[in-house]
Amino acid sequence: MTDHDQFRRDTRAWLEANCPPEMRRPMNSEEDTFWGGRTTKFSSEPQRVWFERMRDKGWTVPHWPTEYGGGGLDAEQTKIMRQEMAAIGARQPLTSFGISMLGPALLKYGTDAQKKEHLPKIAAGLIRWCQGYSEPNAGSDLASLQTRAESDGDDFVITGQKIWTSYANYADWIFCLVRTDASAKKHDGISFILFDMTSKGVSTKPILLISGRSPFCETFFDNVRVPKSHVVGTVNRGWDVAKYLLQHERAMISGMGERGVGRPLGQIAADSVGTDAQGRLEDSMLRGQIASFEIDEAALSAAAERAVDLAKAGQSHPAFSSAMKYYGTELNKRRYEILMSAGGIDALEWESERSKGGARPRAWLRTKANSIEGGTSEVMLGIVAKRILDLPGA
Amino acid sequence: MPLVLTEEQSMLRDSARGLISDKAPVSHLRQLRDGKDATGFSRELWRAFAEMGFSGLLVPEAFGGSGLGCVEAGVVMEEIGRNLMPSPFLSTAVVAASALSRGGSDVQKSHYLPKISDGSLLAALAIDEGAKHRPLQTSMQAVRSGNGFRLNGNKAFVVDGHTADLVIVAARTAGGAGERDGLTLFLVDPKSKGVATERTAMVDSHNAARIVFDNVEVDADGVLGEVDQGVGLLEGVLNIGRGAVASEMVGLSEEVFGRTVSYLKERKQFGKLIGEFQALQHRAAQLYIEIEITRAAVLRALQTLDGDFEQAGAAVAVAKARAGSTATLAVQEGVQMHGGMGMTDQFDIGFFMKRARVCQELFGDANFHADQLARMKSY
Repeated sequence: MTDHDQFRRDTRAWLEANCPPEMRRPMNSEEDTFWGGRTTKFSSEPQRVWFERMRDKGWTVPHWPTEYGGGGLDAEQTKIMRQEMAAIGARQPLTSFGISMLGPALLKYGTDAQKKEHLPKIAAGLIRWCQGYSEPNAGSDLASLQTRAESDGDDFVITGQKIWTSYANYADWIFCLVRTDASAKKHDGISFILFDMTSKGVSTKPILLISGRSPFCETFFDNVRVPKSHVVGTVNRGWDVAKYLLQHERAMISGMGERGVGRPLGQIAADSVGTDAQGRLEDSMLRGQIASFEIDEAALSAAAERAVDLAKAGQSHPAFSSAMKYYGTELNKRRYEILMSAGGIDALEWESERSKGGARPRAWLRTKANSIEGGTSEVMLGIVAKRILDLPGA
Repeated sequence: MPLVLTEEQSMLRDSARGLISDKAPVSHLRQLRDGKDATGFSRELWRAFAEMGFSGLLVPEAFGGSGLGCVEAGVVMEEIGRNLMPSPFLSTAVVAASALSRGGSDVQKSHYLPKISDGSLLAALAIDEGAKHRPLQTSMQAVRSGNGFRLNGNKAFVVDGHTADLVIVAARTAGGAGERDGLTLFLVDPKSKGVATERTAMVDSHNAARIVFDNVEVDADGVLGEVDQGVGLLEGVLNIGRGAVASEMVGLSEEVFGRTVSYLKERKQFGKLIGEFQALQHRAAQLYIEIEITRAAVLRALQTLDGDFEQAGAAVAVAKARAGSTATLAVQEGVQMHGGMGMTDQFDIGFFMKRARVCQELFGDANFHADQLARMKSY
């Protein structure tokens, strides 16, 4: 038996013994996600138990070094652990932008002091982070951002506005792109800086979306004073950090399209449209759409696994996460179009108890942002065309 | 198992790529077509395949082969697809070799497999009867007679049927069209009395035949596997063939795509390279992404066939469906982006379009496999 076989056995046994049954069921609502942070509360006792057991093992961030609160697993072990979690339908014990976005950037660009300060608190779910990237006039053209950071002794003084800041109203800290040199070319005067959301001069305002929910905020900075030691990487070279982080963000968003867990689409559809004598969906066109969708979903999941394996083998292209982001988000939108079609008029109720407060139509509307946030589908295709295919122009 | 090729598999790819791109580029197919070659492929190249060990790739070592797996067969098929090489590799070295080694008696294996491995025996699988691939709809009759059976019926789209020394035929010994029980596979010598083979010139200039069986006698030794219970063996063999054709389509798609992207970087209109136009950039990027995702799905299917054969059905359905759709998209975008040049016979792109259409039908198209997947998942 290889070391990895042994690791798989041990992991399977540990998960079996430690993952509460309630944490192996598909998530039903936003409350089922545990985000951590100074003020977050657990929505249930099993959620707390599961989180704490995983945290103590370092498995909220299995592949991070143990000195920063991680599990110290290598790439193959991490893959095995995720496969074993998926096999029993185990939920993520902790979801955070600290894990999926800031962490990888700090591991690559952070100083020792920054890593020691921030990574263990991310791993332990103590601090919840938000991302200060987009601005009212800097969406797809992110590098044209205008939030200013003026040098003042050992500090920067930050003034400006961000938008589409996910959960800024719940976040404890922000990782933020600011302009530290207004005279340089647009990509060359940007810095990547960290600060506490309780700093004087920070305010947030939730934005009501078409789903009737407010996952995004406008975030305002009015002369916010931040020590220069909070810059990650080199001053004015923040775009490098920003792009690296975006690769991780895109990989995360593309993963939102892969949901092997939960009830299969075919069964969900059977509930509402019915089946014929052979057990086939009565709506043959819908049946075909679901089958094509599942073919593409299975293929995407193989591609996601292959992307990790290629990276491990040193054969991956750094822009490939843009390809996955494009496909994963378009696929997730397709999933929800199918779910809405399968649900028919039952999927149109917006407020009733019966419809869990319109959970399905609200989730459907939320997915429309997938191909916008983190870089639009059109931006992703442009990146693939230029950086991978080396097509001319721009 | 990581979803990347091992070092040995990469080396195999390099040697297959070297041989095939050198000896059988697309111009080789064009020559065979224009010369109305009676064989439709190069026997000399098939000998070279045997010398390289390709013809015996899936044949167990005990019978003179190298005992490799579906991933390795896929590696060779991909290079065949890249160059549109007409070759008995699929019919003989993949499909027939699998059928014999999975379903054959010791006598059958000892008789046929060494000859497949050394390149001296060509074989074909005769399965389709109607316009679409529907294995369970097989209605060709095999009636018991004396020590054996008598076969009556028609087969179409028998790949390499015109040159086969051995034809593996699916027929009904019981049950009716649509039923799983009652299918039996037979080993038939095409020189037997009552076998009439018509070579069918196909749109892709590759090789196929229609075969009519008129009271053809096959003795009991000619049964491959179990009487009435051939469906499991047949489906397994078809899945191996589907994985192989999916690999061929990955190679084909990637080659068309590579040629198309090169053209976008050469061709000028409106004073610009056409690859500067965003409309074309985005379509090229979409096609790239489709191909990469399909490549992963196909490798997943081949690895599953090698590692967990009985559970490979869903992965194979996904791979064949994806490969069919991706190849169809690739060749359409290829012709469109080449403009009028893409419509000319002088330009190679059309050959890829024709082959993709045939590969799409071979062993079930994307719709067939979507339906299969839905059945497997009970909806």
